[in-house]
Order: sequence, then structure tokens, then C-alpha cells
Amino acid sequence: MSANLIPILWEATLQTIYMVVVSGLIGTVLGLPLGVFLATSKRGELLSAPAVNAALGLVVNALRSIPFIILVVAIIPFTRMIAGTSIGTTAAIVPLTLAAAPFIARIVETAIREVEGGLIEAARAMGATPGQIITKVLLPEALPGIVLGLTLAIVSLIGYSAMVGAVGGEGLGDLGIRYGYQRFMPDVMLAVVVILIVLVQAVQSFGEWIARRLDHRAAKDRGL
Amino acid sequence: MDTTPSHAAITFREVSKTWPQRGGAVAALDRVSLDVQAGGITGVIGRSGAGKSTLLRLVNGLERASAGRVEVLGRDVTTARGRELRSLRRDVGMIFQHFNLLANRTVRGNVALPLEIAGVARPEIDRRVARLIDLVGLGALADRYPAQLSGGQKQRVGIARALATEPKVLLSDEATSALDPETTQAVLALLRDINRELGLTILLITHEMAVVRDICHHVAVMEAGRIVETGETYDIFANPQDPVTRSFLSGVTGTVLPGFIARRIVPGGDGPAILRITFAGDSATHPVLSRLGAELGIDASILGGSIEEIDGRPFGNLTVQVPADALPRAQEYLHAHDLRTEVLGHVG
Repeated sequence: MSANLIPILWEATLQTIYMVVVSGLIGTVLGLPLGVFLATSKRGELLSAPAVNAALGLVVNALRSIPFIILVVAIIPFTRMIAGTSIGTTAAIVPLTLAAAPFIARIVETAIREVEGGLIEAARAMGATPGQIITKVLLPEALPGIVLGLTLAIVSLIGYSAMVGAVGGEGLGDLGIRYGYQRFMPDVMLAVVVILIVLVQAVQSFGEWIARRLDHRAAKDRGL
Repeated sequence: MDTTPSHAAITFREVSKTWPQRGGAVAALDRVSLDVQAGGITGVIGRSGAGKSTLLRLVNGLERASAGRVEVLGRDVTTARGRELRSLRRDVGMIFQHFNLLANRTVRGNVALPLEIAGVARPEIDRRVARLIDLVGLGALADRYPAQLSGGQKQRVGIARALATEPKVLLSDEATSALDPETTQAVLALLRDINRELGLTILLITHEMAVVRDICHHVAVMEAGRIVETGETYDIFANPQDPVTRSFLSGVTGTVLPGFIARRIVPGGDGPAILRITFAGDSATHPVLSRLGAELGIDASILGGSIEEIDGRPFGNLTVQVPADALPRAQEYLHAHDLRTEVLGHVG
């Protein structure tokens, strides 16, 4: 591999990180409240709104059932509306976010539903409002699970980001296809794969480390 | 409503609760009326499914009555909503069988939670939390997480948390049912101290008569959504009326006949009589049996018995065998000494 490919690889790595971080952040901003709502709005629950819950659940399922590559091209007009253009790395953030948000919502919902019902009852008995139950009980208790779920979402986004070359999004996946495959440069392909493995490994380890630090559910061996 | 001399902290008036179900409704509570005395410890005992848990949850509005009226500290819970209900709940602490502590908060953080919810300022929270943790004897463990505590310690955290907002009423939902006997004693002792020192009204539900015996001043016995018997603990122990009460008592007062005696009792038998004598109050310490022999010449052989303390007063019972022909005289003598007797049968 010639030395002039190194800057290209570096740039592609930054582009991938840029797409994943921005879509992950916006996806969390959208998905977190959505997940909290989905977890607390069935009949008889804290924010009981069964009709809205069912409707939102349907939207989330619909978005999640569309294969990502189809989602990318299907929403091109929407992407143009949001990003001003339908081509390029920034434009690619729109479909990535749209894929991430419902995924994150379901992850948050699952983590919150894992919180024992007795804790909600205890908080209600203390005179907590629904908002306080969510912010002081449900989210803190579900946090380790949410962090692990977000880790999973980011790993998935790294994978999805390889497909956005289809709409001119750059990054490692796109580089691998254009250089490694179309120009038949296996060393570039290999370098791309190695960088992706390192990225995923780093994200996964970091996420697990954070989750472990936040999780006090099991007694840890601290020389007690 | 506070005109009665010993006024009630909680009153249930003709309270019913039904759960809608396919093919009709299931009644969890059926026209229950009960006064819970202010400053006392009242126990509601019943088997699982008797409705005691529902009854307890009506007090702080975790459940709503289908009919009837529940009042706490003079406020109507049945109609309270929103802000009013939340403010009422801060005057009613609650502890749970499975503790319901937040796993990701320390002891300190758990005790602070109700104060954060009530909007108390941080310095005041720190002050109160430190005092509460000392009160329940967990000073050294303030920075531990629940997973690092024993069951008894977790319940102490639960108690400290329930007391944080300085409630006047404490509800206990089978608080000792998940604990071993020794820890149960320690937690019950703590509840008794709190009741005495803070003048807190405690309403507890349990399925263990031993809990009632050890700390309750009053008891209500529930069965199938109704209260079948209620009164002062001592009176209920000394003179139970309902079969349900008797069956609960049989496990704790030594009134279960040992098998070898029970097997010897024959229906319609005419041999020696098996007699149960119940001692209450001062008579519990009188040497009646030896007098029975000395004064009447009746030989009574002891088959079983026990003496214990209920609500601070001695209470005992004794199962003896006396010759059939001496039975009327023995009973007459015992009744003259304020002892209750019950003929369990005759040996065939």
C-alpha cells in the first residue's frame, strides 16, 4: 500500500466517526424520550395513553422493518429537505439517524421495562410525580442497560455507515468499495476492515466498561 | 371526627374493592370497616389472597376503593387526586416485603430519594439522611449499595427511607416475610422503638401470628375480603372467637395438640378428659395445678403447654389430662380462679 493512501484512510475514518457520532447523538435525542414514552404509556401505566402508544409503536416497527439500503434511497426527498442536499457525508446522516432513532427507542423501552415494578410502586408511595418517577427512578435504574443498548446501536451504525456510499456518503465503507473492490486494491480493503474491527472493538469495550461502572445491581468483589 | 377519646389515624368505612374479570367481578374487599388507632401498632393478618394487601394499598391511594370511604389523618383518600394525593402520601411512609430499594443508589441516596421528591433543599436532605441512617443503625454502611447489604440491613434502609419525610403513619407490607427469624426480631424491635419514640401509627399486614404477638397492640383477622375478628391483641390471643383466628393462633401459642395425644382422643370416649387451660394476666403465674392436687385431690398430668408474653402481658396455656369423674370439679375450681378451660375430648 503506497504511503499516499494513508491520508485517504485517515480521512475516511474521520468521516465514518463523524457520521456515526452525529447520527448516534441525534438518534439518542429522538429515541430516548420515544423509548421512555413507549415503556410507560400502555394502558394502566404511568403515562397511560394506549392509543398513542400503539400508533408510535407502529411507526417504530415500520421504520425498523425497512432494509437500510432501501431506506437510504427511499427518503432522498426528505433528506434533501433536511440537509439541503441528498448527496454526501452530511446528507448520509439523515437516513442513519432515521434508522438509529427507532432502534434506540426500542432499546430504551426494553431497558426501562426491566426495572422492577416494585420501585415504581415505592416511588408512587413517596408522592412522586410521573416525571419524577421517570427521571429519578426509571432512567437511573435502567441506565446500565441503556448504555449497553446504545453501544449496540453505535456498532450497528458503523455497519450501516458503510452503505451510504450509495448516496455519495463517504467514509470507510465507501473507500473499501471504491478502492478495494472497484480498483481491485485488496490492501486498501484489508486496511478498511482492520480499522472497522478496531473501531467496533473500541466502542464495545468502552460501552461495556461504562455500563459496568454504572451497574450496582450485583454485589461486586471489592474486598468486602 | 377527633371527638372520640382515642381517635383513629386511619378509618375504613364499608370499603369494597372489586377487580373486573371475565364473567363478573372478583371482590378483594367486601364492606370492610376498621379503625386504626393513632399512635398504636395495628396488625392485619390473613392468608394470601385474603385482601390484606389491597386494604393496605388503599391507605396511600396505590389502589382505589370501588365503594366506601378511607380516611387518613382526617383526609379522605378515596377522593384525593394529583397534588392532594401526593401531599397525603408524604405523610404516609411505606415499607415492602422485597424492600424496593434502588439498586443504583447507595444507602444514603435511597434514603434521600423521598426528600428529593418532596423538593427539600440539599443541605437539609444531607442533615436528615445522616440522622435517619444513624436511627436505623446503619451509620457505617451509608455509602454501600443495596446489593452489598443483607436482607435485614436492606429493610433498615427501607425503614429509614419511609421515615424521611417525617410521616405520621407507617404502612408495612409483609416487611419481615423475606427475612430469617433472627433478623425478623431485630426489624420488629426497630419498628416497636419507632412507634414508641416517634409516636408513629403503624399499620402492618402479615401472615405470621408471631409478628402480631410480638409488636401489635391491635389486630384484625381477614378472610376472603372480610374482617372476621378484631380487637386488642391480648384479648384475641386469650379468647379467639373465629375459627380462622384459632387456626392462625394454633401455630404460635402451643395450642396444637401433639400427635400422640390427638391420636388418643376418641369421639364419644369416656376415659380421662383432655383439658386445655388458658392462663391470662396475673393468673398465668398462679400455681393452680398443684392446688388442684392439694385441695381437691385431683391428679392432673401435664401433656403440653407454654407461657409467653403478648403485648407486655403474660399469657399461657396448658393441656392436661384429668380423670373423667373429676372433670366437673376441676373445671369449677379453675373457673373460680379466672381460668378458661376447654375440653378437647376424652381418651377412649
